[in-house]
This record gives sequence, structure tokens and C-alpha cells, in this order.
Amino acid sequence: MVDVKHVSKVYGNKNVINDVSVKIAKGKITSFIGPNGAGKSTLLSMISRLIAKDEGEIYIDGMDVTRCKSNELAKKISILKQSNNINIRLTVKELVSFGRFPYSQGRLTKEDRKFVAEAIRYMELEDIQHKYLDQLSGGQRQRAYIAMVIAQDTEYVLLDEPLNNLDMKHSVQIMKVLRKLADELGKTVVIVIHDINFASCYSDYIVAMKDGRVIKEGTTDEIITPSVLNEVYDMDFKIEEIDAERICVFYS
Amino acid sequence: MKLIYLIIGFIILAVTSLFLGVQDISPLDLFSLTEAQAHVLLVSRIPRLVSIILAGVGMSICGLIMQQLTRNKFVSPTTAGTEDSARFGILVSLMLFSTASPLVKVLVAFFFALLGTFIFMKLLEKVKYKDAIFIPLVGMMFGSIVGSITTFFAYKNDLIQNMSSWLQGNFSTMIQGRYELLYISIPLVAVAYLYANKFTIAGMGEEFSVNLGLNHKQVVNIGLVIVALITATVVLTVGMIPFLGLIIPNIVTMYRGDNLQNSLSHTALLGAVFVLACDIFGRVVIHPYEIPIGLTVGVIGSGIFLYMIMRRKAYE
Amino acid sequence: MSNKSKLAILAVISIALAAAFIFIDLGSNWDYALPRRIKKVYAIVLTGAVIAFATLVFQTITNNRILTPSIIGLDSLYLLIQTFLIFAFGSMNFFVTNENINFVISVGFMVLFAGFLYKLLFHGGGQNIYFLLLVGIIFGTFFRSITEFMQVLIDPNEFLVVQDRMFASFNNVKTDLLLIATVAVILITLYSIRYLKYLDVLSLGKDQAVNLGIDYDHVVKRLLIIIAVLVSISTALVGPITFLGLLVANVAHQFLNTYRHTQLIIGAVFISIIALVGGQLIVERVFTFTTTLSVIVNFIGGVYFIYLLLKESKSW
Repeated sequence: MVDVKHVSKVYGNKNVINDVSVKIAKGKITSFIGPNGAGKSTLLSMISRLIAKDEGEIYIDGMDVTRCKSNELAKKISILKQSNNINIRLTVKELVSFGRFPYSQGRLTKEDRKFVAEAIRYMELEDIQHKYLDQLSGGQRQRAYIAMVIAQDTEYVLLDEPLNNLDMKHSVQIMKVLRKLADELGKTVVIVIHDINFASCYSDYIVAMKDGRVIKEGTTDEIITPSVLNEVYDMDFKIEEIDAERICVFYS
Repeated sequence: MKLIYLIIGFIILAVTSLFLGVQDISPLDLFSLTEAQAHVLLVSRIPRLVSIILAGVGMSICGLIMQQLTRNKFVSPTTAGTEDSARFGILVSLMLFSTASPLVKVLVAFFFALLGTFIFMKLLEKVKYKDAIFIPLVGMMFGSIVGSITTFFAYKNDLIQNMSSWLQGNFSTMIQGRYELLYISIPLVAVAYLYANKFTIAGMGEEFSVNLGLNHKQVVNIGLVIVALITATVVLTVGMIPFLGLIIPNIVTMYRGDNLQNSLSHTALLGAVFVLACDIFGRVVIHPYEIPIGLTVGVIGSGIFLYMIMRRKAYE
Repeated sequence: MSNKSKLAILAVISIALAAAFIFIDLGSNWDYALPRRIKKVYAIVLTGAVIAFATLVFQTITNNRILTPSIIGLDSLYLLIQTFLIFAFGSMNFFVTNENINFVISVGFMVLFAGFLYKLLFHGGGQNIYFLLLVGIIFGTFFRSITEFMQVLIDPNEFLVVQDRMFASFNNVKTDLLLIATVAVILITLYSIRYLKYLDVLSLGKDQAVNLGIDYDHVVKRLLIIIAVLVSISTALVGPITFLGLLVANVAHQFLNTYRHTQLIIGAVFISIIALVGGQLIVERVFTFTTTLSVIVNFIGGVYFIYLLLKESKSW
């Protein structure tokens, strides 16, 4: 379980995260939603120790994130940021192999290779595994990065806007994979997502944030209601049930 | 800060500058000048004052134009390779036409300064990582590379120590007959005033300016020509004055905001005041010797520049 | 062609050039010339290897192929130290003539300065690394201002001694110095081995490196210190060759086209040796000592760098 306790972060004199406490359940998909500047990505980065927090504590399975050895954490939790500007030329397979670094420190064992091959197969990247990343489409590249995270084989997988810049087909593809990760492999998936309907259709829990605070958290059914969403986004929502999924209509 | 304070400061400093030096001249003597005093005033003091003002105003305006065109506060003739390129041009003119007149030298220096600044602008287009700090870094890197090419030729022609002396800005050599080239900057500054708004718009980017019906290329080119020509004349006559074009516009924007037309006269005046103050300081502090302006401004300028980038950090 | 055979070819060329350097025109006086030449080649190989390694690691940490560690002001500081010693105590002084003392003073001050810069960077944690570089380069300008001031004042005969130190030279390598430098380099190499495995991951960028379990601040701090010490040693040993590292690291990247640092480092070291030994051969045989190697290397490195900048922008 990820346990965030009274965490704050200040940039200059702006409180981007203000006394946030939240618990993230194991084996489920939890989505963070909220308007721009709500602090979702910052919180995700703090959970994964990419940026330091100013106050509060974060525990992952009882281990304090700031005190724990970085290498141990890398076997427990992985993060994929929205912009991955790697400026070296790598093939898909080489990228995925990097996911094994926490275990092998760069020298791949037979077992590592097995994990890499499996991750590539899982993301259906076999055909293009020897292509360079800069030759791929946005969707393929995103899948390659996710394959790397799968090879890293962590219990917790954090993704910051994984659907950014993807078309509908690829977005659905990625979300289905994340669902599979939770359901088949028992991973805990945490995502920051802007498309409220993807959040509604694919996540188990939703945390709604605004102005650096958590406004509401709960199961998807509890959050995807007109009143909660109105409070989060300051606009009117209509919610329709289509094929047993709650779909938000907010375009007018 | 009101413009009037700057004007008062400017007048006080200008008068001080005129009557400061080994040869005693006091303002009271003005109506009963001896021949020697009149000579000193005409041949040395006035040329010095005029060149200080022209160089200070010119370099500050150059910095301001460059910052507007690139939308980056840390770009200036020093941090974009313009000064280094001008120096390279001077060396080339010395090598090719050893008896070149100042006008030929300034033309060659201008050509190189323009080319260097142009390359820098091309680099900016290509840089993906448009971090405010990364861009001056690339510019200074580029400048030092141009510098190393200059060194290569200077070494081959035994001109290294010679070069060091025009590398360092120095007003003590500004006497009648050696500073007149600086007058070129007066019409250029006037053009800068006319184009002030257009530079601001051009800095927003090509698409933005085309949308507003502005000939983007032309405006940018005019800006670069002004910058290169002023820099070339200043480097040739006075020498390099590091960071001057960087710090003055920044100090002005700190209290005036970003609109170019508002800040032009402030920048020009503050540039003159700053250089006057630095020059007077350099003349007084180890009297009767003097510290060249390049060193004074180099030291104070690096200090202020450092302070500025640290301060920027605190805001993020 | 596989990278292993490319590396083998580089090794063969390096050895061939070194052999050519040692044995061409050895003449009958070989018992005098041979040890001298071997020493010279050894100094070249040591310097080349150190600079290649330092620059490659530096570019990986900064995730940028157009930067070189010399630009953080170490070169300028070295020149300031040398100029100051000659300016203050004269060229016949103990601090100038005793190579060992001079070496220790130079390395000491350069490492201190780098330490100070890093303190600035890591104070408060996680500063932008470009910030460090910009601060360094500004200090470089600051040092240069003071150096140039002193250079103008120095007596022209004394200036020749300064000028000698402005450019790296392999012509008069002192045996004692080689010994100290070798010991220092071996110690640092042993210390740095444990960090080498992180380099591949560091080239993915900070976020990925942290994600993959690297204690980023700790590792980068250590590597930066290693780089500063190595650059200081090579500068104090032969003098500044600012753009050698830039040249060889980029050629290594282009030639080997891999991200694996084991191959990149070996390749860069060989390329560096080829450039320096080959360059020195040309200086001695073609130019017959009328120019110095570092001036040529800086020139070629600079031109190549501008070409790189204008050609592609993917790597930065």
C-alpha cells in the first residue's frame, strides 16, 4: 500500500501540494484527476522520489520513501513521466533491457533476458523490437516505455498522463494493457489522467485533486457523479450510463 | 525610478568625468581656461566623455534589442558571440590589410559580428531545450570557440599580446582622432527607437508576427545589423566591455517591466550612467594610474549577472 | 563493421602513430632521443586519455553533447594563476620555475574552485546542472578580465613566459611531473571504477536514472568531482586544450554509434591519442614547431563544433 501522510510542497511562495493525505490500494488502478495545476503530477513525482517533498511522509509497504535505498525502491516502484526526452539512440529492446538495471546493475543475466523478452511479448512489440525509438510512432513508443516498466517488474507502476498525445485507438490499447497489469499480474497502477471518461471506464478508485488538495477520493462510482465533478472542475456534468459504464457529458 | 533622477545622475557624473584627471581643471576655470587646459579638455577629456556615453548607450541598446528578439533575458553581445566575432573580424582585417584604415577595419569587424550573431540565431532555432539558462551557455560556448579560432591566427601572426590590449575595453586611449568612429552609433540608436515596437513583436516568433502583418525576417535582420555594427565599432575603438549589454537592460526591466518602448530611454541613460560611474571609479581608485573599463565592468558585470541568475532560481 | 573491430582499428592506428612518433628520424643519438620521445608520447597519451574520459562522462551527466568540462572556468583559472604568479613574483620565481610546486598550486586552486561551484549547485539540492555551468562560465569571464589586465601590464619579455603557458605544449614535459600526475590519475581511476556502471543509465536522463534506482545526487556529485580533478591535472600538466574533449567525445559517438560507455570510453581514449600524437607529428614535421598543438586542436575542434551545431540538433 502507498500511504501518503500530510505531504506538502512549496515552490517559491506557492503551495502546490497542501497537506495531502491519501492511501492507494494494492492490485487496483487508481486515477488522479483534477484541473490543470491541481498538483497531481507533483504528487506522483514525490511518491516516486523524483522530487523531494517539503513536509510529511510517504510510505510504500511500510518503507519510508526518502530514507529507503534508492536501488531497493526501484524494485518496488516505477514511474513513467509524460515527456521522455531520451536523447540517445536506442532500440526498443535496448530500452526495455534498461528496466532490469535495478536487478543486474547493467550486466544482464539469463533471467533478466527472460523478463525483457516477456515484457516485449506482453506489449506486442516483437516485430519492432530491433527498431530505433525515433523510428516509431507515438503509440508504439509509449508501449515501448511501458514495456520497460514491466521489465522493471515492480509492484507499483506510476504513470503520468500515459495517454498524452495518443489517438483514441492507441489510448484504448494502453488502458487495456494497464487493466491487464492490474488484473492478471496483480500490479498496483497509479495514473494521472485528464480524460475523465477513460478514468471512469478503467479505474477502480479515483482521487480528485484541486489547488494542491485532495477534494474527494473513493471508488469510481462515488466520484463520477455530477455533484463531485462539478465541485472539482467548476462546470456542469451530465452522466449517462452506457453499457454499464458511466460516461460524462460536458461538452455543452 | 523616474527618468529625471537618471538625468540628474547623468549630468553630475558627466561633469565629474570632465574635470577629473592628472591635469587640474575645475569647473570654475571654465571661463578663464589657460591654453593647456583648453587643449586637455578638447583633445582628451571631451572625447573621453563622448566615447563613454556613446559606448554605454550603444552596448546597452544592443543588449536590449537582442533580448527582445530572442525573448531571453540573458542574451547580449557578450553571451551570443557577437563581441568575439567582431574581434575575430578585427584580426582578419589586420592580417589581410595590415595598413587598413579604421573604416575598413570596422566594416570587416561588422561583417564578422553580423555573421557570428546570425549563426547564433540559427543555433537558437535548432536548440530544442529552450531553457533560459541553457541559451546563454550555448552562446558563451560559441563565443569562446570563435575566440579560439582568433587565437589560432593571432598566434601564427605573433599578435597575442597585441590582441589582449584591444580585448580589454579602455577609455584612457580615447583622444581626438581615435574615437570619432563611435558617432556611427547615433543614427543606429535612432533607428532602434523607431523599430522598438516591432522588435518586441518579432521576438514573439515568426508566426506570431506574420499574423500581425509584420515582415519578420526584415525586422530581425535590421535588429541584427544594428547590434553588429554598434558592437563592431565599440570593440574596435574601446575594446570589449563584457556583460554591459546584459546587465543594464535587465536592471531596467526589473523596475520598468518588459515593454521595449518604455524602457529604451531608461536603458540608454542607465547604460551611460553605469559606464561613467565605472570609469570614474577606475580612474580614482589607484590614482594616478587607472583600471581599464573592461576590468571594472567585467568584475561588476559578472557579479550582477551571477546575482541575476541566482535570483531567478529563487523564483522557480 | 562491428564496434569491436572498430575499436581494434583505432588501437592499431594509435600504436602505429606512437611508434612512428618515437622512431621516425631517431638518428644516431638514439640513447639521448629515445627516452625523451618516449616520455613525450607518454605525456600525450596520459593527457589524451584523461581529457577524453572526463569529457565523455561530463557529456553523459549533462545529457548534452556540446558541452565540455573546461568551460566551467578551469582553463581561465589556470591562466589566471600562472599570470598572477609571473606578474607578482616574476618569471624566475620558485613558484614558476619549480614544476612540482606549480603543479600542486594549480591543481589545488582548480579543485578548490570546482568544489566551491559544486557546493553552490547542490546547496538546497537538485539545482539545474546548466545553472552550474553558466555560473562557471561567468567566473571564467571574470578570471579572464583580471588575467588580461595583468597581461597588458606585464613586461613583454615576461609575457613570453605567460604565453608559453597559455597553450598546451608537449615539448618540455618534466619527468617529475609525469610521476605525480600518473599516481594521481591511477588513484582517481581506481576510485571511479565503481561508478562506471551507472553511466549508461545516466544517459537516459535524471528521471529515468532515479526511477531505475540510482542515487542520482550522490553519483553525479562524485562523478563531477572526478571530472574536475582530472581536468585540473591535465591542464596543470600540459596547459589548456579546451576543445580537445569536445572533438574526441563527439567523434567517438559518431564513429561507434552506441550508448554503451565501455565502448565509448575506450574509443574516445584512442581517438584522443590519435588526434594528439598525430597532431604533434604534424606540428613537428610539417609546421616544424612554428605553432603549438593545442592551438591547432582548438581550431579544428572549434570548427568541427560549429559544424555539429549547424548540422544536427538531435543530440542536444
